[in-house]
Formats: sequence, structure tokens, C-alpha cells
Amino acid sequence: MSNKILAFVESKDGKFKNSAFEVVSEAKKLSGELGCEFEVLTIGSGVDAEAENLGSYGATKVLVVDLNDLNAKSKFPGTQYSHSAFAKVVAETGSQKGANIILISGTGLGKEIAPRVAIKTDSAFCQDCVALHVDSGNIVATKPVYAGKSMIDMKFNGDKILITLRPNVFKPTKSGDAKAAIEKVDVGSLNITDKDFSSAVKEVVVSSEKLDVAEADIIVSGGRGLRGPENFHLVETLAGVLGAATGASRAVVDAGWRGHGEQVGQTGKTVSPSLYIAVGISGAIQHLAGMSSSKCIVAINKDKDAPIFQIADYGMVGDAFEILPALTDEFKKVLGS
Amino acid sequence: MKIIVGVSLVPDSTTKVKIGADKKTIDEAGVSYILNPYDEFAVEEALQLKEKNGGEVIAISFGTDKAKEAIKKAFQMGAEKGVLIKSATADFDTYTAAKNLADYIKGQSPDLVLFGKTSIDFDGLSVPAMVAEMIDYPCINVVVKLDINGNEITAEREIEGGKEIVVSTLPAVIGTQKGINNPRYPNLKSIMASKSKPVEEVAPTYNGNKYEVTEMKLPPAKSAGKIFTNGAADVPELVKLLREEAKVI
Repeated sequence: MSNKILAFVESKDGKFKNSAFEVVSEAKKLSGELGCEFEVLTIGSGVDAEAENLGSYGATKVLVVDLNDLNAKSKFPGTQYSHSAFAKVVAETGSQKGANIILISGTGLGKEIAPRVAIKTDSAFCQDCVALHVDSGNIVATKPVYAGKSMIDMKFNGDKILITLRPNVFKPTKSGDAKAAIEKVDVGSLNITDKDFSSAVKEVVVSSEKLDVAEADIIVSGGRGLRGPENFHLVETLAGVLGAATGASRAVVDAGWRGHGEQVGQTGKTVSPSLYIAVGISGAIQHLAGMSSSKCIVAINKDKDAPIFQIADYGMVGDAFEILPALTDEFKKVLGS
Repeated sequence: MKIIVGVSLVPDSTTKVKIGADKKTIDEAGVSYILNPYDEFAVEEALQLKEKNGGEVIAISFGTDKAKEAIKKAFQMGAEKGVLIKSATADFDTYTAAKNLADYIKGQSPDLVLFGKTSIDFDGLSVPAMVAEMIDYPCINVVVKLDINGNEITAEREIEGGKEIVVSTLPAVIGTQKGINNPRYPNLKSIMASKSKPVEEVAPTYNGNKYEVTEMKLPPAKSAGKIFTNGAADVPELVKLLREEAKVI
């Protein structure tokens, strides 16, 4: 059979995140390698103008499902969106359009709906893919396992395939300024019943105005070397100057110095920012697993034998209490802030 | 309340991974195995719900004989019953695991199914939702707070930069995230009691993987970095390199 790709991208308040551009770019690239068509799907209200702009990443057609129309089918009052209903929309649109390959961004939402779509469409499934290539006409997906301590290459049995792409790994590639055509998909055509709303999100609580480590391009993380929660202002100040998110090691989260939302590592978040600055973190294997794919790693630690130095691009052996303020001042100077 | 908790046995998170001779799996020599850390939250949540509402907690696992260790750990924490869906091979994928678990769970008609949000080995974050989809239950994963009132569920689910308040109804599948509770340590009495509890073995219902691993490899090695030892005096040089060499600022 001939292949066809459907790329599902998330929109929020009429806008797309970077991860959407990454998925569209990768779908474009993959469609070229497989010599097949691809279409983009999004669910949102008032999203058309931004959806047209996905054309600059190579999309020719964007299917738009209206979120309000979809939510009108929910049995839960006050539904903002529903993972189960989103999964139904993606699976149903995919099969109506004859798409056998579905790409989804591995955001919190994407990872929640993808396993359901895999079952609904009876697809082979790779969650959290970090590289894709085509080998003799077959897709090969690379995925980190054992928290990034090793990688596997996966080949899929059958021709139905669903892959989520880890955010911030694939390159968004602008290929011009063409506008994509918008095709409205009527919710009534998708066979949605209230059973498809098996759960619903009623409220989204933003924990703070702070940038989340999972989405940040720069992260400044602190560990036990900071000696106590009262010293984390040094990390926060540097992060503030760099527009970075603050992260933490498991040791300081377990000690209650910082919240779990900041934890980077095997039982926290896996991150791959452009720049990761580890302050007073020795580099336990669980921590390294969560951040070793960062593009540039700076380690500051007073112990020259700390394992973090083995993966650091730049290491500073010394006193964090002396180096951090100096680093903050220097960045202020060069960034003119 | 009939609660089923899915548990799995995984290499300890401190394991240094070595690639096995087949170049597709890890070398198991010297690897110690533990109950998947996220499953501890699932077992704890099940026990707390049982203590509050009555009922029973059944720990199940899909895997080879070795997976019994995960069930025994659940016994030590306080699960009453344990079932191993015994796979003849360790070569199974996420779909096969989910399908076998789903087939067993469906026959039990539990009120609630709990899993850890993901297992730390293959980290697919997918078994809870796959099982739920197969047995036609709602699913909420990455849950940090769970309230059950009659048949109504309100859960807090962790997302980037915040959380979602999700509503649903029983019966349901819930995946637990760190923060939902503090898993108990088994005491001597529960450890002794667990020793006499049998693990029931049932035959798998499905085999037929949807993907195959063609190669396992270590992540690309990093070349040695530049090390500075003069403290704050080296900071201007570091910042210069970050801007001009690494080009990340």
C-alpha cells in the first residue's frame, strides 16, 4: 500500500508551541523520504490564522477540528479538553484520511493521547522517539531506554505506525513562506459520542510563572552542593539573567529543598536543553540519565572527581558560592541586562 | 473495592548499562532488580484506598518467572493476592504486555486499576492508557493527587509547568506519579507474612510483538570537556567560550 502521514499538533489559545513546528518539519522530511503525502491535524478554536502559517514548515494542508464543537459532546460540564476525545479525533481522522503513519509531539498531552490512538488504530507504537530514518523503505525509530543510558532502534511490524517525537530534539525547518490550506473537519463526521469523553480536563492550574524544565532551552540546576534551600536564590538569579528554568537534583527534592516539578533525572524529568548548568550536583547516574543529552553541559563542583565532569563540555572545579555570583555578573555584562 | 495493581521488575536505577552479546538487550550480569519505583506509589495508593473503603488489592505482573519478585515486594507492602501472567520469553514489547494484562484484568472486573505512570526501563508511559483502551475504562496518567467520591474521580495530573484537574468515573485506570503519596516501608511482620503468600500463575493470552528491536547501543560518547580550576577568575573565559565556541548564549 502507499503510505500517508498524519501529523497531529497541539495548539493552545490559537497558538502553536515549538514542538508543533518540529513535528511538521519531521513529517515533511519523512514524507520526502517515503515519497508520500502528509497532512497536519490540530484541534482548537480560532486557530486558523496560525495554522496557515504551518505552511512555512512545509505543510500544504492543515485539518482543523473546532475545540468548542468537540467539547459540546462532553458529558462532563465545564470540559476544557479531553485526552480520550482527542485520541478519538486523531484515530478517526487518521483512518478517514487513509493515513497509516501518525506523528505526534511527545508533550504531556501528546504522550497521554498517543497510547490510546495506537490501540484505536491498531498501530505499532514508539513513544519518545529521538531520531527517525528510513531504511529500505522501512521506518526505523530510535528511542532512549533505561533513562537514556542506552538507545534502541525499532522496526515496526505491519504498516500502521504511530510515533511520538521528544520535544526539543528534532529541528524545526522553515522552507519558505507559503500558506497551508485549511480544511475544517466537522465534528459530526467523526462519530464522537459521549463515551469518547471518558475523562475530561476541567481546569489547568499553572503552578507558577516560572518556566518548566521540560520546556526550557536553558536550565540552571542546583544540588546538595548548595548546602541548603536558602542558597537557591543564587541559582534563581542566574536563571533569571539567562531566561532559564531552574532544575534540581533528586537529593535536594527528596530533602524537601525544592519541588518535584524541578527534578531532573530518572524519576524526574528528562531534558535536552541547549545549555544545562549543573551547580553543586555530583552527577549520580540517575541524574546524568535525565540530562546527558543536553547540547552543552557546564558543571560547577568543588570535587574535581565528581562524575558530572565526565559528561561536561565545560567544567569549573571550585566554590559554587564564589563562581555563581561571578557568572551572573558576567552574563549580565555581556547580555546587557 | 476491588483494586488491581500492575507491577513490574526493572533494573535498579543505579545500574550501569552494558550492551548484551545479542546487541539488542542489556547484559544482565551483575544487574540488581527492583520493583519499578513508580509502581510503589501505585501499590501504596491501592493499600490506602483499601484501608479506607475495604476490599482487596491484587498485584499482577506480566513477565518471566523473575517478575514474581515485583509481586513479592507488593506482598511485603500489604497486597493480598498476586498473579503472574507468565511469559515464556523476555522478548516482548509494550503492546504484548498491555494486551496480556488487559485480558486478565477484563475477566476480573475491578473497580480500579493502578499502575506506576511508566516503568523506568523502557519508559513508554503507555501501558496504563493502552490497557484502559483495551478494556474500555477511562484512564488518567501521571496523577499526583487522587480523590474518589462514590463513583466520581477527581485527579490532579502533572503537566509541563503546572497541573490539570481531571474528572472521570469508576471503574478506571490510574497511573501514579511521584508526589501522590509516600510509599510505606515493609515491616518485619508484613515481610514474614508475605513469605507464605502464593503467587498464582496464569498462562499468557497473546504473543506477537508489534515492533522489534534491531539494535541496542550506548549513547554517543562525549569528548573530554574543558576544565577550569581558577574559580571566579575563569568565569569571563567560560562565558566567552559559551558564546563563541558552543554558541549557546
